[in-house]
Amino acid sequence: MTEKEPLFSAKNLKLIREPLGHSNPITVQVLGICSALAITVQLKPAIVMTLSVIAVMTISNVVISLLRNMVPPRIRIIVQLVVIATMVILVDEILQAFAYDVSKQLSVFVGLIITNCIIMGRLEAFALSNKPWPAFLDGLGNAFGYGLILIIVSFFRELLGSGTLMGYQVIPDSFYEFGYENNGLMVLPPMALIVVGIIIWVQRSKDKELIEQN
Amino acid sequence: MRSYSNTYIFMFSLVMVIVVAVLLSFVAMQLKPRQDLNQEIERKSDILSSVGEAADLSEVKDKNAFVVEQFDKFINESYVVDYEGALQDNADAFEITLNLKVQADKPAKERLYPVFVYTDKDGEHKYIVPVRGKGLWGPIWGYVAFEPDMNTIAGAIFDHAKETPGLGADINTTWFEEEFIGKKIFNDQGKFVSVSVLKSAETENNPHAVDAISGGTITSDGLSDMLVDYFEGYVNHFKEKGTAN
Repeated sequence: MTEKEPLFSAKNLKLIREPLGHSNPITVQVLGICSALAITVQLKPAIVMTLSVIAVMTISNVVISLLRNMVPPRIRIIVQLVVIATMVILVDEILQAFAYDVSKQLSVFVGLIITNCIIMGRLEAFALSNKPWPAFLDGLGNAFGYGLILIIVSFFRELLGSGTLMGYQVIPDSFYEFGYENNGLMVLPPMALIVVGIIIWVQRSKDKELIEQN
Repeated sequence: MRSYSNTYIFMFSLVMVIVVAVLLSFVAMQLKPRQDLNQEIERKSDILSSVGEAADLSEVKDKNAFVVEQFDKFINESYVVDYEGALQDNADAFEITLNLKVQADKPAKERLYPVFVYTDKDGEHKYIVPVRGKGLWGPIWGYVAFEPDMNTIAGAIFDHAKETPGLGADINTTWFEEEFIGKKIFNDQGKFVSVSVLKSAETENNPHAVDAISGGTITSDGLSDMLVDYFEGYVNHFKEKGTAN
């Protein structure tokens, strides 16, 4: 490339925008579903999980992109795993030190970021063959796309399942006096799948490009 | 694609592993004091919760300072006994509670048993003991406060590492913990019977049983076993100190 590309060229911005919409890792690629089920009972852990994934994803993407010309292809998957695992352990240690309650709530799921297929997918498909800056944007975009769905799902699950948001009660007591009940099913994992399903449905009916032609 | 020699691959892996190891150990060492502090605060706030002194914790701005202050204010005495009920002068109750796993892994007769004495504003005492056992997926633990008769439970809190959310994990909910208040661990003849977690039909008017969690049978049973196992270690001490017999 002889001409220097501007930092926020149309091509680069697309890297952030695409995963939020029609190449969203959860609703379109259907990756990372397991964690989307597990930690979306309440809004707060979902937000912390989103932040953790953003950190792990962007840093791993940049590191792998920097190393892309040095990593021997035969062990590239192992190298990717080591980079991701290192980042996840760092995030876990930092949460334990500075956000102990949240780290207890997320418990094993922080460790399971390692197995989040979105991250490895992006490293393998993008970071290994692109420069650090686009890799950074791609990581950011995909982590946002993941987090966006997490936050939408947890918003509805916490609101309808516990009548709270971020732990604060938002459904007034008078509703309960009139016989309103929290929906216990919302708290259980199957409801996360159903909410994700509804989001996919809404998205597909809005975005005609996603509808398969057959 | 460029090809790489085996030597290069080995060297690459070696350097990568060393860099990662150094980085992680350095971070772990730097953060350790803070993490330990967090655990201490958690233990202290759990102990306070068992006597209902940490209810307004979520409204406090500096949680750590508040917990330490409350703990020093209300828990002004602690001691350690062995299975026979003999006082262990050299052991620190809080130190042992921090590493309760070490004790729980030993046979009951070789364990050291810490007791925390809570004094409320009227000078009334309650005696708090830690317990630890096995749930379905991992460890469960808790703190049980006794009235001065060393028989009646004044309050209890439980927690778990990885029980099933919505089922076994409910042992740390208030409705379950509150069931324990007023239950007795000795029967009318002064015999140790513990408090069991049973199906609801068997718990009515039973001073030695509480209602189990639906769908959390194995966790409930584990909790039952934990109480028998741990309270038994205190029986000699309780009989000596209390009025149960």
